[in-house]
Amino acid sequence: MSPTFRRYILTKLGWYLIALAAAVSLNFFLPRLVPGNPVDLIVSRFLQGGGGGASASKTYQAFITQFDLDKPLSGQFFAYLVNILHGDLGQSFSLFPARVTTLISQAVPWTLALQLPAILLGWILGNVLGALAAYKRGAFDRNLFVTALAVSSIPYYALAIVLLYVFAVAVPIFPSAGGYSFGTIPNLSWGFMVDALTHYLLPFLSLLVIAIGGQAVGMRSMAIYELGSDYVNYATSLGVSDRRVLGYVFRNAMLPQITGLALALGTLVGGALITEIVFSYPGIGTLLFNAINANDYPLIQGVTLIIIVAVLLANFLVDLAYGVIDPRIRAARSGER
Amino acid sequence: MLMRARFLRTALRSSRFNTSLVLVVVVLGFAILGPLLTGHDPNAVVGGVNSSPAAHPPLGTDNFGRDELTLLMYGTRNSLEIGAIAGLVAVLIGVLVGTVAGFYAGVVEEALMGVTNVLITIPAIVVLILLSIALGSRSAVTMGLIIGVTSWPWTARAVAAQTSSLRTREHIDIARLSGSSGFGIIVRDVIPYILSYLGMAFTLQLATAVLTEAALSLLGLGPTNTISLGILLQWSLLWEAVRQGVWWTFIPPTFFLSVVSFGLLLLNSSLDEIYNPRLQGGAGNCA
Repeated sequence: MSPTFRRYILTKLGWYLIALAAAVSLNFFLPRLVPGNPVDLIVSRFLQGGGGGASASKTYQAFITQFDLDKPLSGQFFAYLVNILHGDLGQSFSLFPARVTTLISQAVPWTLALQLPAILLGWILGNVLGALAAYKRGAFDRNLFVTALAVSSIPYYALAIVLLYVFAVAVPIFPSAGGYSFGTIPNLSWGFMVDALTHYLLPFLSLLVIAIGGQAVGMRSMAIYELGSDYVNYATSLGVSDRRVLGYVFRNAMLPQITGLALALGTLVGGALITEIVFSYPGIGTLLFNAINANDYPLIQGVTLIIIVAVLLANFLVDLAYGVIDPRIRAARSGER
Repeated sequence: MLMRARFLRTALRSSRFNTSLVLVVVVLGFAILGPLLTGHDPNAVVGGVNSSPAAHPPLGTDNFGRDELTLLMYGTRNSLEIGAIAGLVAVLIGVLVGTVAGFYAGVVEEALMGVTNVLITIPAIVVLILLSIALGSRSAVTMGLIIGVTSWPWTARAVAAQTSSLRTREHIDIARLSGSSGFGIIVRDVIPYILSYLGMAFTLQLATAVLTEAALSLLGLGPTNTISLGILLQWSLLWEAVRQGVWWTFIPPTFFLSVVSFGLLLLNSSLDEIYNPRLQGGAGNCA
């Protein structure tokens, strides 16, 4: 590892730690801008359902200690940081004894199973289509570009709603809700897999189509810039075959597209929240939606923290990869500071 | 003047620009004139529950018997209003931070760009979720403000890059030699040069903000007591309109969201094409 490279990584790491600190502080302080404390809210809802008297005041005290609400705000923040470092995100209000980390780790695999294949496949197909459009130009390019722009500007949840209506309600080919049929228990049997797959296909497709559109638009404009550059003109004037020139163009245009992949991977956890809500799919999005409706602050803050960490981690890994792949960036950055 | 004439000629020859202009004007007309012409209160009950489109309520009614067409007009208007407030706030903060950072090199630039880059890495949707929860009830104006406050860093970064490339231009040197203050130079000699870019940034921010409002509404954090395109969609999910096949309550708002977003993005990309002739079609060098 060269000293410039080490310095590049350390500078990046420093910035990401600052971003993480800022995000964690926002995560803690923003919901606490609410006047009154969340426990009052929860307990008042408890009391509406009967009970009251001595047991209510006991519950209240238990909650207060549980969530450190008897301490001043700075003390609460400190306790929060210590807990996070121990991997403890507290307990859910709405599903009370359940730990936030347990709820999140049950939801995350569903979200990843939807998002990871959609992002990767969308990236590959989008890049190939975009490069092809830039190379062919003419009618193919015009049609593909406008279609891709249209698809990528449709909000992902809008496509999800339309697909749900068309293929699960109007023409009921696919099931309309959930990650598997109601009443079945997730297992590794053949029957369950097929059942899960039929529930999976629509939300997956709605994400894939949007991903292809976005990546194709980006790749097309990158490839067009590359096609007009000096080295392409020079190579063509030397009589180098189109196929070979295209190879160079593709490689150079790919580099910025890695950022596109990185940004997409950053949205791995938080990018399909509403798709899951639309399809009632058991993932992070549905978990967050239920938490918001129940004013379940610990669960909301747990989910937002996971989304933040995923985004920051993805961005940091990309910066690392960039440093390895592109020496120009490394040189420019170390010269800058 | 000559440049403007040439701009107009290129623009009107571009079918992409014309299409996007028609889309944007139609949506704006629907959103602004609609509520003035209908004379209906959007919350008034005009017919049965979930009655399908017919001659009288042309787009049918919703779960409470309200007129869908009127709801759609008010929803589009409020969504665009939220988007416009957010876009204005984002562009204003972005220009302020970006021009100051780009114009004054050194510590000021480092500090402002440092803050901007830190904020860019924190996902805006998370900050919006946390802010919305903290605020409890939110008017359309509040929604616009909080979306704008979380979306300026991209504009600031781009404006800073453009300003710092302008910094070494001769006309700026002359202004500096003739004793103009830094602020005066930014207002008179920097901002006019990036105005076309600012217009594009505003269309982009507006489009994004309309979609962000809808996303927040679908999460259950939309504007309170306000009809917006996102709120219309949230209602149809809450009342299971999609699974009951009540398509007239969710297809029109979905369509309008897509048209707003598509029209503005197309406008943005066609303006980009007009300003950067290299992107214009048919000029491929290879093949």
